[in-house]
Amino acid sequence: MTMLTIENLHARVEGKAILKGLSLTVNPGEVHAIMGPNGAGKSTLGNVLAGREGFEVTEGSVTFMGQDLLAMEPEARAAAGVFLAFQYPVEIPGVNNTYFLRAAYNAQRKARGEAELDSMEFLKRVREKLKVMQLSPDLLNRAVNEGFSGGEKKRNEIFQMALLEPKLAILDETDSGLDIDALKQVAEGVNAQRDPSRAFLLITHYQRLLDYIEPDFVHVLADGRIVESGDKNLAHKLEEHGYAWVKDLGEPAGAA
Amino acid sequence: MTSPFVDAFAEYGPGAQAVLPGSGQAWLDQARRAQLDAFVHDGLPGPRNEAWKYTALRALAQRAFQSGDGGALTREVDPEILQLRGVDGPRLVFVHGVFRPDLSHLDKLADGLSLQPLSQALVNDAEPLRFLLTRGWDRPADAFARLNAALAGDGMVLRVAEGMRIDAPVHLVHVGTPTENDLAWHARNLVELGEAASLHLVEHHVGTAAHRNLSTQMGDIVLRANAELEWTVLQEAGEGAVLMRREGLRLEAGAKARLHALELGGGTVRHELEAELRGNGARLDTRGVFVPCARQHLETRLDIRHMAKNTSSDALWRGVADQRGRGVFHGAITVAEGADGADAALSNKNLLLSPHAEIDTQPVLEIYADEVMASHGATVGQLDETALFYLRSRGLSVKQARTLLTAAFCRAALTDMDGSSLREDLEARIQARLPGDETAA
Repeated sequence: MTMLTIENLHARVEGKAILKGLSLTVNPGEVHAIMGPNGAGKSTLGNVLAGREGFEVTEGSVTFMGQDLLAMEPEARAAAGVFLAFQYPVEIPGVNNTYFLRAAYNAQRKARGEAELDSMEFLKRVREKLKVMQLSPDLLNRAVNEGFSGGEKKRNEIFQMALLEPKLAILDETDSGLDIDALKQVAEGVNAQRDPSRAFLLITHYQRLLDYIEPDFVHVLADGRIVESGDKNLAHKLEEHGYAWVKDLGEPAGAA
Repeated sequence: MTSPFVDAFAEYGPGAQAVLPGSGQAWLDQARRAQLDAFVHDGLPGPRNEAWKYTALRALAQRAFQSGDGGALTREVDPEILQLRGVDGPRLVFVHGVFRPDLSHLDKLADGLSLQPLSQALVNDAEPLRFLLTRGWDRPADAFARLNAALAGDGMVLRVAEGMRIDAPVHLVHVGTPTENDLAWHARNLVELGEAASLHLVEHHVGTAAHRNLSTQMGDIVLRANAELEWTVLQEAGEGAVLMRREGLRLEAGAKARLHALELGGGTVRHELEAELRGNGARLDTRGVFVPCARQHLETRLDIRHMAKNTSSDALWRGVADQRGRGVFHGAITVAEGADGADAALSNKNLLLSPHAEIDTQPVLEIYADEVMASHGATVGQLDETALFYLRSRGLSVKQARTLLTAAFCRAALTDMDGSSLREDLEARIQARLPGDETAA
């Protein structure tokens, strides 16, 4: 069964049309990279899929696991298995990281009708996942993202993903601002979670991340539409020719 | 200024005074009479009185209260409501301003701690209290202080001897309960810490159920040189209660006081703290949270005066208003002439959770000295939408996310509190007052 079907998606932000007929199909187990120049609508796509307010869908549809995703509240999307790793993870002073993670984890389980984990079981799980991300356990006792370095914030997003085990993980420019070591750690975290039942949307400006996470498909997003799709070699082509080359393409390949 | 409110006190006040503890001592009778006369003469402060600008007394002026509660000694109080986690030292309980030996624990007091109800002190030996009890209130704005001075016959008298450090917190509880008629009651607290003495005072105002009684409570706290006071106030008065509190706090050289105040209950509540840093190097930290919901009106007024060299004060207050709740914060810092090297900071941040809620905040800074560090800031805003979305995108419901963020906002006022079990108890009580509490994860 198809996991995610986006058809002819149009979206506006502050009255300005950003997505202009985007279509995309994602199956379980696949890794899709969405690349494109600044202003193409990459982050808008991530935010629309996660259900952020202020992103107005004017046309088209998004179906996730047979459900109308656009009709669901953000928390319902999370419980259904959609996860957005934020481009700018939010600092939340005064909210303890462990408390937040357990509240989130149990809220999702509750929404799915599953039993909640007690704090001992939960902590055990947290420690296992922390090890994979090579994050220091003292991050757990700090406030959510507060005082984290840029790299820690991004790794914390991937750590949350590992803990929450979504079906569809959307990584919104998770590679931006990372040095090569942090980038490798993020990539390892993602690769460790590749699974036949899980799909990834990697939203990125640069080809660099794809050296470490090998995508099944690469799509080029320009002016709100997917204008070119291919395999991982498309990313290399972009690297060589730059996004100026995209402008020379004819009719958008992904337009409905 | 005549009104049903004033008329009732004019008519029944003298009779109530005649049976107050300590009556019959000429100086006390005279002081009480003078204060009642001054109150009746000036009445309640009007809307043009700057100090009462944000707390309208029009509705109160139309109500008449019975003076004192003859049944206070036998009113039923569930001992469970007196409990606070981590607070298991001596305890004084007053119901409608009347000492209740059956609910209090005053046996086995630590060496150096003297603790007794004012009603006993007035009968045994009132003379040492004369200075504080004959203090006059000369402004019409002092209406409730005057009423208190005229009609309070009980309260707490606490002294810590020089050099004594008292470990177990002293627990002062004022209880209000529903009564047949609307009742006015008054309490007077006197605290003195001798040189280099230290104490933790936990003050709890609690209502057993909704009522419309009026209470005035005045306190004087004196810290001699190098004394240290840890002071926790939990205000959970009954829904609809009118509570007017004022404390005078005096710090001598090197003395330190730290207040954590939670204003959670009551209908119309006003708390005034008038602090004087009179000795070199004195330090005052105040932290507090006020959470007006429903139709609550909660006002906090700080008047912090730096009067000596190298004194410091730090105030951190948070307000959260929901539904039709109204919060008022007035934070005034004065650095007097000669108080060089003073360091004063004041911050008041507020959250509005409903379009009908209101918070008025007013920081005031007056500096007449040199080499002073002073900062103040006040904000009123809403919950951060980005943070809300972040939490929801991880699976938390809107309600859970809002409560989590609001509770975190309030907790900032408690982070430097010693004693984790009392702090956790207080945090849970804040959480329980916040709207949409379902965060038990």
